[in-house]
Amino acid sequence: MVIKVDIVNVSKTYGDEEDGDFVHALDDVSMAVQEGEFVSLIGPSGCGKSTLLHIVAGFEHATRGRVSINGRPVAGPGADRGMVFQDYALFPWMTVIDNVTFGLKLRGMAARRCQEIAREYIGLVGLDGFENRFPHQLSGGMRQRCALARSVANNPDVLLMDEPLAAIDALTRNALQEEILKVCDARADRPRKSVIYVTHSIEEAVFLSDRIVVMTPRPGRVLEVIPVPFDHPRNDGTRLTPAFQQLAGKIWGTLKSYVGPREGALP
Amino acid sequence: MRRSRLRGLLRGLRGSGPRLLRFIVLPAMLIAGWEASVRLGLLNPVFLPPPSRILAAAQQLLVTGELFRNFADSLQRIALANLVAIVTAVPLGFFMGLYRPFEEMMDGLVNLIRPIPPLAWIPLSILWFGLGEKSVVFITLISAFFAILLNTIAGVRGVDKSLIRAALSLGATRRVLITKVVLPATLPSLFTGLRIALGVSWMSIVAAELIASSSGLGFMINYYRELLRSDLILVGMLSIGIIGFLMDRGLQWLERRLLPWRVAFEL
Repeated sequence: MVIKVDIVNVSKTYGDEEDGDFVHALDDVSMAVQEGEFVSLIGPSGCGKSTLLHIVAGFEHATRGRVSINGRPVAGPGADRGMVFQDYALFPWMTVIDNVTFGLKLRGMAARRCQEIAREYIGLVGLDGFENRFPHQLSGGMRQRCALARSVANNPDVLLMDEPLAAIDALTRNALQEEILKVCDARADRPRKSVIYVTHSIEEAVFLSDRIVVMTPRPGRVLEVIPVPFDHPRNDGTRLTPAFQQLAGKIWGTLKSYVGPREGALP
Repeated sequence: MRRSRLRGLLRGLRGSGPRLLRFIVLPAMLIAGWEASVRLGLLNPVFLPPPSRILAAAQQLLVTGELFRNFADSLQRIALANLVAIVTAVPLGFFMGLYRPFEEMMDGLVNLIRPIPPLAWIPLSILWFGLGEKSVVFITLISAFFAILLNTIAGVRGVDKSLIRAALSLGATRRVLITKVVLPATLPSLFTGLRIALGVSWMSIVAAELIASSSGLGFMINYYRELLRSDLILVGMLSIGIIGFLMDRGLQWLERRLLPWRVAFEL
């Protein structure tokens, strides 16, 4: 197995450690993502899962420890790590197709080829016919489909998703979970995507992941790593199996003691 | 009885149909009352000539071409001043918005000069440029400059962080980031700045022309004050009101045409 993302002893502190006014967002977190593996980070608010994702993306720096992609240390954001945001982050002045070709054009690819690839992924996420719409003309679910196509079409080594379905209504969310798996699957010209997926939803993590990393807050630490054994392709039937429900229940049992009326409050 | 009739009238003004009616009802009542007061001898026509006299005066100024000549002079100065303001304030605002150290360096100076009313510059500008064209353009330029500068800085600062991060994760270099993301995202603020700049331009150009010019709408108003022709003064004032209104609406229209995505972007 090839290690795609290697996170070694990463700590993140906000504020000044000298004067005592600081927060440990992450404390000595280590984990690895194998090639083609779908790993979810789950945990209550303040467990540092988004911070960890941002450090991998290069938006923030680790206070201690190191992160490397394909053995190369992360120095900043780059096209080798595609990002999908909760708020879509589509360029509002660009149409769907222009959004999706944005990254492709930056690679110096011929315009025709950009269009071809973009149309392929727009079709894959079910947005064909909407190529020339602007983001504000689309529903939330369609915007996230577009953002997903934009990231995956750019063929990153690793796909990073930061609660991409948190703002999507529950019915659309189920459909989009399947879309995400479909888009990340192996294709003729590219292997299965390696993914780090941040979520609040246990059900979502179980449905999507090969492994679930359960984190706990204050300071953010890895509590447990849980393998998810279900076969692919997964569909609505998967959600109904007893094994699925059992696993979800087990994770909830683990997390429950960390989610309480006092946990959400600021110290 | 009277109350119910009033309510009936107000109800008639609701809805989308009578929008135009709502728009003109107050000015129409004002004009009618005004005309009646002067005719009944309640107002002295030397201080406040009736609308009918103003209409006749407007006709006179239009026929002789005097109104158009002065309007063209003022407009030309405003165009020149705003052009120079755009060319200087937009790049400066961009640099200040993008580079924190540069902004900190400039901030003190800008905020020291900004509170000085453009009109306070008139004596100095007459000393520098003499009476006439240059002084008037200079005064107008100062007022337009700060409106555009401040809105540009605010626009650059206000660019959604997610958009920047998305672009970086798609492989954008710093140059691409500025030209393809920051610039288009700032355009709405630039439009706002330009609209405010045109508004304050009319305010300061009239004052500047009162003092430092022998043409333009400001000069015309002051000239007829010396002749005690309040009807012609009012024609000049109303012309500025109408032109200012039309220019603002024109820019709004242009903005909707050029930036159709803006409405949704702000939501």
